[in-house]
Amino acid sequence: MSFLEVNNLKVEFDTADGVVSAVNNVSFSLDEGKILAIVGESGSGKSQTVFAMNGLLDHNGRASGSVKFEGKEILNLPSRELNLIRAQKIAMIFQDPMTSLNPYVRVSEQMAEVLVHHQGVSKSDAIQQSINMLDAVKIPDAKNRIRMYPHEFSGGMRQRVMIAMSLLCHPKLLIADEPTTALDVTVQAQIMQLLADIQKEFGMSIILITHDLGVVAGNSDEMLVMYGGEVMEIGKTEHLYSNATHPYTQGLMSAVPRLDDSADRLVTIPGNPPNMMLTPVGCPFSPRCKFANTTCSSQTPILTKVNNDHYRACHVAIEDTL
Amino acid sequence: MSEHKILQVQNLKVNFDVSSEGDMPWTKAKKLQAVNNVSFDLNSGETLGIVGESGCGKSTLARAIVKMVPADSGKVIWFGNDLLTLNKSEMRQHRKQIQMIFQDPLASLNPRMNIGEIIAEPLRTHYPKTPESDVKERVKDVMNKVGLLDNLVNRYPHEFSGGQCQRIGIARALILKPKLIICDEPVSALDVSIQAQVVNLLMDLQEEMDLTLIFIAHDLSIVKHISTKIMVLYLGNMVELANSNDIYTKPRHPYTQALISAVPIPDPSIEKSKKLILIEGDLPSPVDPPSGCVFRTRCQKAQDICAIEKPEFKEVSNNHEVACHFHD
Repeated sequence: MSFLEVNNLKVEFDTADGVVSAVNNVSFSLDEGKILAIVGESGSGKSQTVFAMNGLLDHNGRASGSVKFEGKEILNLPSRELNLIRAQKIAMIFQDPMTSLNPYVRVSEQMAEVLVHHQGVSKSDAIQQSINMLDAVKIPDAKNRIRMYPHEFSGGMRQRVMIAMSLLCHPKLLIADEPTTALDVTVQAQIMQLLADIQKEFGMSIILITHDLGVVAGNSDEMLVMYGGEVMEIGKTEHLYSNATHPYTQGLMSAVPRLDDSADRLVTIPGNPPNMMLTPVGCPFSPRCKFANTTCSSQTPILTKVNNDHYRACHVAIEDTL
Repeated sequence: MSEHKILQVQNLKVNFDVSSEGDMPWTKAKKLQAVNNVSFDLNSGETLGIVGESGCGKSTLARAIVKMVPADSGKVIWFGNDLLTLNKSEMRQHRKQIQMIFQDPLASLNPRMNIGEIIAEPLRTHYPKTPESDVKERVKDVMNKVGLLDNLVNRYPHEFSGGQCQRIGIARALILKPKLIICDEPVSALDVSIQAQVVNLLMDLQEEMDLTLIFIAHDLSIVKHISTKIMVLYLGNMVELANSNDIYTKPRHPYTQALISAVPIPDPSIEKSKKLILIEGDLPSPVDPPSGCVFRTRCQKAQDICAIEKPEFKEVSNNHEVACHFHD
């Protein structure tokens, strides 16, 4: 039994223009204490995948498939039951810490609420535990700063508050949705270091959603590459960086300028990301893929094993993409 | 490429008045130093990259050069004329040679104008007597140049993707055949695969049209890729200026060193073994900057003198300028 097992997850949204399928047949599993990075560009369905797992889809969204957490099916549970799992066992932090904290409420109240609600501790105990947690995420002078409002913190500090809040109930799985995208590089480095430290300390699993391949490289055990709502490739991070076999993963890796490399020209992926309003036929990447053939535009490739822990969804033979 | 100075910025200062909470109407407003004593020269055909974290004054500096925000003191010498002393009509003559590209591609295009009108607007503004057929021809030309199909002229901005909108912004900047384009975070809002397309396009156009670029971004990897020299700003002050390879291989200022070590490299073997220089604490308030060296509150090398004396921005080796008492 895996710690987390996602099978054939599908997310659809009813819109005025018809049904949009944002996530198609996504499957992956995660072991305890591991970090999985989900990589993809905007609109690739990476956030909706975890929103669906956590019951956070918008009212017009529907999820189907299966998400098993510690052996128990959690997809589409009623919110009363999900609430017993959320925050207690699965916590989440979001991209923009300012919009995920309540601007009218002191940090102390927002943090204590979590503990009072989920663990039934007294208010004063809750506040003491919150202060300890703020200390753990290295907020200086936590005892006084806990009484402040979110706007009195800087962006990086706010993200620390979010992280502290998510850790209050010692969750087993932390989902971090682009936690450093809104931050400067030096602050990003601090936050990623912090996440790595607390991951060791609390021994939890992390799902890290990001579009930054640099962040993925240093901070994950496994990575899953998504495009157009589908999984393109999945494997051990270190293995995938040197042995990417999917044309999209290869394109993505070479499109990023590297600080330690002075290539004259960036390799580009021609074309634009797919319009998710149109129902995809075949491989979603085929219109932009230089190896695409007629099979690619008619049949959706299924995820097949390359070797241990390395899977790809592509019709083109591996030898041909090298 | 001709190697002559087209732009000289000397001791440029930009202050903003800010009032804080609880101030009385007669309380004197505080000064926020957004740009403090920035000087640099720009040669024709060069690309100057400006990097720094949010709030370091990089956008304000760019805007002050084209007088979009008023400068308090200093000089902006463009082909021998100090732009800051010119009146409106004189400025107009020079303004058409300096164009800008902005960060948010959709927000910088008027949603109620079609693409043809947007791209033609600078031409119609600066050369109102241009015959309509010429305008059409020029718009078509410039659209082809940036990789847009010219049959899209009647479409509206919302019909385009982010990358295409940025191409429209570039086309609008190019139509007057400017000498200098100031790009303010032109690729920050774009996806990785589209970012590479736009960066390549800018570099191709630069070669083709002999453009000089000022490229502002917070992503050091991209700035290094496109720039010939790089300026690092911290809290409105220049901390280092050198050619782009030197900045990366031999950073001399502690802030630049920390900044470079913080940039993640997409390679797990390098990234996991890398030694990270973490900067502690937060950016000080620009309303009340630290005395002496502005970086001293977060600097590992800081000593007593750093609080007393502001380090002079000076050349320490060939074309490599640093402002630090204890530079490497």
